[in-house]
This record gives sequence, C-alpha cells and structure tokens, in this order.
Amino acid sequence: MAKAFTPSVITANALLEGDVIYLTAQGWTRDLAQAEVFDDEAIAEDRLIEASAQTDQVVGVYLANVDASSGTPVSTHFREAFRAKGPSNYIHGKQETL
Amino acid sequence: MYSYTEFDDTFIAARNAQFRAQVERRVDGSLTEDEFKPLRLMNGLYLQLHAYMLRVAIPYGTLNGGQMRQLAFIADKWDKGYGHFTTRQNIQYNWPELRDVPDMLDALAEVDMHAIQTSGNTIRNVTADHFAGAAADEVADPRPIAELIRQWSTDHPEFQFLPRKFKVAVSGAAHDRAVIKAHDIGLRIVERDGVQGFEVIVGGGLGRTPMIGKVLYDFVDAEDLLPTLEAIVSVYNLLGRRDNKYKARIKITVHENGIEDIRARVDARYALIRPQFTGVDQQMLSRIEADFAKPTFKTQSLAAYESAYTNDPVFRSWADTNLAVHRAQGYAIVSISLKAHGKTPGDASTEQMRVMADLAEEFGHNELRISHEQNVILPHVHRGDLPALHARLKEFGLATANIGLISDIIACPGMDYCALATARSIPIAQEIATRFDELKLEHDVGPLKIKISGCINACGHHHVGHIGILGLDRAGVENYQITLGGDATEAAAIGERAGPGFSADAIIPAIERLVLAYLDLRTEQSETFLQTYRRLGLAPFKAALYPEAQADAA
Ligand code: HEM
Ligand code: SF4
Repeated sequence: MAKAFTPSVITANALLEGDVIYLTAQGWTRDLAQAEVFDDEAIAEDRLIEASAQTDQVVGVYLANVDASSGTPVSTHFREAFRAKGPSNYIHGKQETL
Repeated sequence: MYSYTEFDDTFIAARNAQFRAQVERRVDGSLTEDEFKPLRLMNGLYLQLHAYMLRVAIPYGTLNGGQMRQLAFIADKWDKGYGHFTTRQNIQYNWPELRDVPDMLDALAEVDMHAIQTSGNTIRNVTADHFAGAAADEVADPRPIAELIRQWSTDHPEFQFLPRKFKVAVSGAAHDRAVIKAHDIGLRIVERDGVQGFEVIVGGGLGRTPMIGKVLYDFVDAEDLLPTLEAIVSVYNLLGRRDNKYKARIKITVHENGIEDIRARVDARYALIRPQFTGVDQQMLSRIEADFAKPTFKTQSLAAYESAYTNDPVFRSWADTNLAVHRAQGYAIVSISLKAHGKTPGDASTEQMRVMADLAEEFGHNELRISHEQNVILPHVHRGDLPALHARLKEFGLATANIGLISDIIACPGMDYCALATARSIPIAQEIATRFDELKLEHDVGPLKIKISGCINACGHHHVGHIGILGLDRAGVENYQITLGGDATEAAAIGERAGPGFSADAIIPAIERLVLAYLDLRTEQSETFLQTYRRLGLAPFKAALYPEAQADAA
C-alpha cells in the first residue's frame, strides 16, 4: 500500500527579499496560517510544478509537512517552525511583522 | 596596513559592475536561479533560511577605523543594525535584499574591501593570527605574506574551480592562534640559522571528517613559498576527488594518497613551475611589507594604569583576562569581547562597531583585528590609556571580562540563520553563558573553550573545542552531542565523542555537571580543564555526563 500523504504546504524564498513565503490559491503569502494546505498528493505535485516555474519570483520551492487538524497549518518539524517565525536571538524576520 | 593600488581599484570596480549587471538580469528574468547561483556565490552572496546573507572578507582579520565604520554604515543602511563576525575573519550580514547587494559591494570598495572568494570552490579569505604584528612571541608578522597569498590567489585562473573550497591560515609565532593545523594549508613562519622561512602543513580540516594537518615541509625559503603553494594547489586540483563532495577536500587527498606520495607529486610539480616565479612576487612582497610598517610606539606614564589596576576591581578583572603581552614596552594587546553574557557570540551592533572604530583611532594606532574566536582586538594600546578605554567599552556593553573563559564561546549561526543547519547553536551559547554567569564560577573555572556548531560542517570548530557541542536533528527534535579534549593550538587535537547526545533542555545541565566534575577532579586551581582531561581521560567526565548509566551498571 502506498504511504499515506502527509498534509503539506508549498514554501519557498522570495527572489528579491529572500523572505520565507507560502503558496495560497491566489499567489504567495508570508504567513504560514494563510497557506493553502494540500491533502492530496497528486494536486500537491501539480501545484509544486506550477510554483517552481515562477522563477522570476521565488527560489527553492518545496513541500513542507504541516499539521492542519486545528484548521490552520502548523509546522510539524522545528526547522519549518523557525522558518515560519524568524530567528531566536532577535525579533527579526517574520516575527517583526506578523 | 595594505591599501588598494590603482590596479586593485580598477579590478574591484569592474567586478562590481559585472555583478550589478548579473543581478539586474536575474531580476528581469533573463538569468535563471541555476545560472545566477554560482555568480552570486562568487561574490559572497548566499540565500539562507530567512533571507540572503552577504559574507565580506576581512583579510587576515585586519581593518582600520574607517573600514569598521563603513561596515557599520552598511549594516544600518541595508541590514538590521548589526553584523556577525565569524571564525574565518569575515563579517556576515544576515538580511540584505537582492537589489541592494551591488550597492553594498560598492560601499565596501570605497574602503578597500570586497566579498570575492568568500564562497565557492576556490582559495578563500586567507586568515592569520589576530595578534599579528603585536604578539611578544612572534618571529615575524604573518600579514604581509597573507596579503601576498591573497593577491596571488584572487582570481587565479587555475584555481577558480577547485574540487572544493580551500583555506589557508598563517601564523608568525610559536603559539598557534590561527588554528593552522585545521586548515587545508597552514603556514608558520620559523627561523633556521637566522633565516626566516616557512613550515608548511597540509591536509587539516574540520567538517564531516576532521583531521589534523601533516607537515609537508619543515622549512621552505621565503622566495620559494609561492611556487610551493602553487604546486600544492595544482596537485590537489588534479588529484582531489570530484566524484564525492564530502571527499573532495585536500585532507582526504592527503589521507588517501599518503603524505609521502603527495610530497613527491608536489616536488615534481614544483620543479616544473619554479622557473616561472622570476622574483616579481618578492618585489611585491617588499612593497606590501612597507605597508605593514610597525606603528611608532610612544613612551607615556603608566600611572593611570597602575592606579586603576590597584583600586578598581572591575578594571583589574578585565585587565587580567582581556589583555595579552605586547612586544613593545608599556603596551598591551586588548581583546574586546563580543560575548557579553546572554548575547549572540560574534555579533556587534552598529553603535558598538562605531565605538570600536573610534577607540582604535584614539588609542590604538587605527588598527583593529577580528579573531577567529569572534572577538575584536585592538592590537596596540598603551597601558596608560587602558583605564579610559575600559570606561568607554563599559558604556557600550563591550567590557565583558571573559576572554578564554567558559562564556567566550564560538558559535556558528546554526538554525537561526543557516540553511544547512540541523539544530540551533546561538541559544545554547546564550544559555551556557548566562548559567555560568549566575553561578559566578566563570573565573574560578579558568581557561576553557566551548565551541558549538549547528551541523556536521563544523563552522563553529566544535571538534577543536575543549568541550565541543554539535547540534543534530534526531527524529525532528534538536539534539546535542558532546566531544571532549579538542585543542585548536599548536598541540592540536580532535575531541572525543563523549556518548549519546542531549536534548535542548538537557544540554545546559549536562555541561554544568561536566564543569563541576572538573572542579572536583583538578589537582589544583592552575590545572586547566584540558590538562585535567588529558591526565584522566574520558571516563570520569563520562560518569558526570551520564550518571544514570553509571547507576545502571552498578
Ligand atoms: C552561513 C552559511 C554557511 C555555509 C553555507 C557554510 C558551509 C560550510 C560547509 C558546507 C562546510 C564543510 C566544508 C567541507 O568540509 O567540505 C563548512 C565548514 C566550515 N565553515 Fe562554514 N558555512 C557557513 C557559515 C560559516 C560561518 C558563519 C563560519 C564561522 C563562524 C564558518 C566557518 C567554517 C569553518 C571554520 C569550517 C570548517 C573548517 C573546514 O573547512 O575544514 N562557516 N561550512
Ligand atoms: S556548522 Fe552547519 S549550521 Fe553552522 S554555520 Fe556551518 S553549515 Fe551552518
């Protein structure tokens, strides 16, 4: 049996600022809570290909696992949690604006 | 100090213009990321976890007040008001935006600085003893030769696409403050029968497979050094493994082929290329040496120093830990700690950078150094000026008296910034420093080097820490592995793994148990942690780290 697909979001860095961004149905957001969550592997793969083609806007597109059971996506790995928040030593990066 | 010639100016200006055009073409879509990435890396620009990161070379760690002030200006204008000084005598900016980087590079060029070859598979920024030109134990100032190596290696057509990055460090003293045995090539200026030459060490390195370098030649005449280096790098370029990135460093080449075989090949290559070095390099070296003329030292009263030392315990404590012996009468080498308890190791705010620039100009013959231990050095300060200097440092959070002590921790950026990281380094360093400050044990513990890396690449030198900490990802949780007994000096050694790693919550108590065990085990206060470790070996420290395992075995 195929391994169950873990709910995921599509993430990348913005080309100009380098910021961590997430794909939504309309485009890209800086806020993980707004990200579109994919439960279906085939759809996720299609959207990943589309997103990766936007090389004039984004760099390093990939799928990241989330837990969406509460309704809003939450990172399941600490690396993604730091990406979603910013560094621990200063209130810099995303946490400045979120 | 070396200042750019007209040739250097023209070269850097052309290079910056070229990069500006490349950035424009990336932004307008004519270059893909795959095409652009190698170009940006050639100019020190990475894409990290949260943002771009620009790495700027501070050749052999030397800069003047004007340059430091410009680094601060850049951080204010295009970054977030601070800079991170690294173990490779670079400064890293963590938040630049892509479009601004060409302007940042132009601003650097205004003060004779650049970011070329701070990344990529090429000869990187040449590092040197941060006490160069000042240390009492020095045979000769290593910086002129480091500058010559930089000029030879920068844009060297044969060495732009080596199998892997290549790092050279130079020391001019018996005591190794440049970690020369953990570099691809380590050079030490030595004297034989009254003549100065070089001991040449190859194949050291940290990272995935840490190794201590081996002596390739115990004495190379000064005029033969550049052809020798060229021969070594040529041999490596040909022989180095390109099939596997992790085996591509010269340490593996030396390990797999043996030092004898490497020596034979270098000898053969040297014989072939030596005639091409017609002595022009030696003329250049004399010109460079003139740039590094020693400052004219003054004679001045020591009264202010003596009075502060006797009457002010805070000053005395700082003087005892943060000063080193200078070659000139009445002078001291001042280490400014960038390790205030609880702060990020190696970070300086722009205000602090400007203060250090001012102090260098006022009291320090306009010279500053960045140490591989992520501190800032004022190499030449008259002792009579120290009380005034100390007062100013205190005002700006720069007077922490902890050089060489437990809170003077090297920590790489780790997962707070670095895209390669497997765990965070900075918070661990912050917590250890804070904890031992609370315990008020730091000065009693004495010389102890803790070094932390956020992944196996070992940018934080954990292998050569007396206590090394390596952050790992264990099933999606941060985990920290301890190594003991590493040494970065002339007695270089790679630390031994102590046992299973600790969770983020358990690592600080583990370090505390380890250090308290040392306090019990040492024969007297003057026996350092490393000496105790060498005398007793791993066992008693392991028992302190893993008390449950001991109980189970009993
Ligand atoms: C932020 C981006 C960084 C990246 C992508 C990076 C990458 C790497 C990699 C891949 C290695 C292993 C090289 C090998 O063994 O082949 C390495 C080693 C090393 N890096 Fe970094 N590093 C970064 C930052 C730093 C910083 C901030 C420092 C200083 C604090 C540093 C200093 C070193 C040192 C000293 C080594 C080990 C020495 C050796 O090459 O054998 N790096 N780095
Ligand atoms: S050791 Fe790893 S985490 Fe730390 S800076 Fe180097 S590559 Fe990044």
